[in-house]
Amino acid sequence: MHFDAFDRYHEKESFLHRLDPRVKALVTVMFIVSNALLPDGAWLAFAFAWMFVLAANLLSKLGIGYTFKRSIIALPFALIAITVLFSMPGEPLSTFRFLMWDFTVTDAGLLRFVSILIRAWLSVQMAILLVAVTRFPDLIHALEHLRVPAILTTIIAFLYRYLFVLTDEVFRLLRARQARSAVAPCSRSGGGVVWRAKVAGNMAGQLFLRSYERSDRIYHAMVARGYAGHLYTLNPHEMKSGDYYATALSIALIFLTQILGRL
Amino acid sequence: MHYSPTPLHIPDGFLNLVVSLACWAVTAVILGVAISKTNKALGEKQIPLMGVMAAFIFAAQMINFPVAGGTSGHLLGGALAAIVLGPWAGMLVMTAVIAVQALLFQDGGLLVMGSNILNMGLVTAAIGYGLYRSVIGQPKAVKLTVIGFAAWLSVLAGALLTSLQLWLSGTSQLGIVIPAMLGVHALIGLGEALITVFAVAFIMQTRPDLLGEGSESAKASRSWIFAGGAIALLVVLLSPFASADPDGLERVAMDMGFINAGQSAPFKLIPDYTIPFLGNTALSTIVAGVVGVIVVGAVIILIGRGVKAKS
Amino acid sequence: MPVTHLKNSFIAPECDGDILSVTDLHFAYPDGHTALKGVSMKLCSGDKVALVGPNGAGKSTLMLHLNGILNGRGEIEIAGKRLTHDNLPAIRSMVGLVFQNPDDQLFSPTVFEDVAFGPLHMGLPEAEVRARVDAALEAVRMSGYRDRLSHHLSVGEKKRIAIATVLSMKPSLLVLDEPSAGLDPRARRTLINLLRDLSITMLVSTHDMKMVQELFPRTIVMDEGQVVADGLTCDILEDEALLFEHGLEKP
Repeated sequence: MHFDAFDRYHEKESFLHRLDPRVKALVTVMFIVSNALLPDGAWLAFAFAWMFVLAANLLSKLGIGYTFKRSIIALPFALIAITVLFSMPGEPLSTFRFLMWDFTVTDAGLLRFVSILIRAWLSVQMAILLVAVTRFPDLIHALEHLRVPAILTTIIAFLYRYLFVLTDEVFRLLRARQARSAVAPCSRSGGGVVWRAKVAGNMAGQLFLRSYERSDRIYHAMVARGYAGHLYTLNPHEMKSGDYYATALSIALIFLTQILGRL
Repeated sequence: MHYSPTPLHIPDGFLNLVVSLACWAVTAVILGVAISKTNKALGEKQIPLMGVMAAFIFAAQMINFPVAGGTSGHLLGGALAAIVLGPWAGMLVMTAVIAVQALLFQDGGLLVMGSNILNMGLVTAAIGYGLYRSVIGQPKAVKLTVIGFAAWLSVLAGALLTSLQLWLSGTSQLGIVIPAMLGVHALIGLGEALITVFAVAFIMQTRPDLLGEGSESAKASRSWIFAGGAIALLVVLLSPFASADPDGLERVAMDMGFINAGQSAPFKLIPDYTIPFLGNTALSTIVAGVVGVIVVGAVIILIGRGVKAKS
Repeated sequence: MPVTHLKNSFIAPECDGDILSVTDLHFAYPDGHTALKGVSMKLCSGDKVALVGPNGAGKSTLMLHLNGILNGRGEIEIAGKRLTHDNLPAIRSMVGLVFQNPDDQLFSPTVFEDVAFGPLHMGLPEAEVRARVDAALEAVRMSGYRDRLSHHLSVGEKKRIAIATVLSMKPSLLVLDEPSAGLDPRARRTLINLLRDLSITMLVSTHDMKMVQELFPRTIVMDEGQVVADGLTCDILEDEALLFEHGLEKP
């Protein structure tokens, strides 16, 4: 089992780890909304929000650079925003030729581009920290308490439980395919693209059937323990005074960020 | 073994607040209907079935096949999920997949999750199922052809919607993002189509009862044909128009007031204590003041609760 | 020479079936395959009974009947109560059914949620649920695993937690499907010791004849949907013709 690659939770004894998952989820979402609300070029506010991220990193005891190191995940998507560099009306900064076109970077374009990247970068760090300090089942409970419909949280709980089992099955299938697709040296690997797609499609079909049959057996296991169409859960979380204080402080800080962004 | 992000998952920061919330609103309404429909039709078995199917879609997205030059084809799964589970259940399953990808792997943002669900889960399922539903009684070859086309188009629809949202947010230029996204996804969609067709063919062969005329997935209302067909038609008509004449689309959006609402408003939601859609009036200042009071009030209440919880 | 075995030829005479009584159970799957052809058996309080026989003999089908998941023709009584549609919830809390694959049995993200599932769905109050979870984990010697994630467990640990998920319902009868399958020697040894120490009536389907010899005083042999022998394990394991005929091996 290689479950480590999938689990983003990092066991530590820290204030953030102990914080109620509802608080963590709520503050994360508020922080991301706050970033979206900040105007382009609100440098002071961006810096303040970054301080917030760094402080959270410290409080998690995962190290001040923990989320920074993992935040490049959103970077490839930056490509999609690159066109604003040239498309926003404003003072031209520099022009360069690419193939047969001239591109002119404007100051407004640069401002927008950098602001988009910073918003994305700050937001993804908070999301990374959220799952690093919260066990996923606790996060699912938090969603339940934050009024996410039960049917969705239940599907998510099953998904989380079985994604490990089924991805394991996928990797067994992929390994089996690899083991059987040895080819003679210098010849192209077996078959055309359509044939390879067919192998992949059959794998998906096979995985579907195995999953379908598994869901039958799981249903039996549930029925055998009294399931009759309605799922019951216990509430394992109780808000403590620290949870309220942390929420209050976070709201105040996020509000302060907004004011700083508008000075 | 690692988790590799797919290109349609928008991260936070790339859509502005108005577009994000608008997409969340649309998504929430559709999901609300999906939940009430599924709850009504729900056999006890459906819960574990949908749960394991969500894990199946998640895992199936890791199945790839080499195409050429180091690229590979793989599955998004929206059309497949809707075809094998029925449209509403398929939508819920895709929603769970996208939510876990965003929450656990930060593949796709949280505030923009509404858009991601809409683009990759709801529209793909509607197109996939709608077109499939129209040929349910037909011979296998016809079915598979239509399924392939539906899967291809569903990816294209997701790409088109993503492009439009990026453009409305002021993140990308329409004239570039549409041809680029549609071009890339016309190719990615081929992988989707092939895998979906072969997967469905495999299921039809080994467990025909799961996709037969009496199956769960064949039972959904015939109006899906029109809903899915209409969305598909819109994509087919809009894609070439948007690629060939982005300025035209921009003009239409401008005339309808989309652009202003999208591109400028979120950054001025409380600028200088004014609310944009209220203008620079006394009322606007009052509303901004009220927001401040609410925030301060919330902080005080929370501290009060904290003190109470301690004692 | 044809070997014939009379039904119940070995049965321990003192048992009146106070825990489980199955009478003339028939069942055919929707695809027409007949899985059970008149199965009868009785289990008494404290019995530890092995259910052996080749694949496809109907062992798993029978087990699914004991919990009312499948409904065949015939009569099943659990602790004197006849199994009907109306008393299914009560029956299900009395029969603890543990499936072969622990990944199917453990369907919740955490160990706690899985062990609490049965008691919660019996409608017990929260404090009682928590107490039962702790007691069940203690019984399978996994107390420290309460808050662990299910997918982090080894196969042996999963098997023991799977048993805890039904022990928390305080069943009168424990029904296990192939508990030792897929375990390495050490995990198998732990499991055998655990089953020996549990003082609860159990019916265990298995291919592990060594475990049968070690653990179960009584053995029931099934083949082709019928009980072909039922008696003391030491007698049955000596009857090499019987074992051979039903594809079994002497340990």
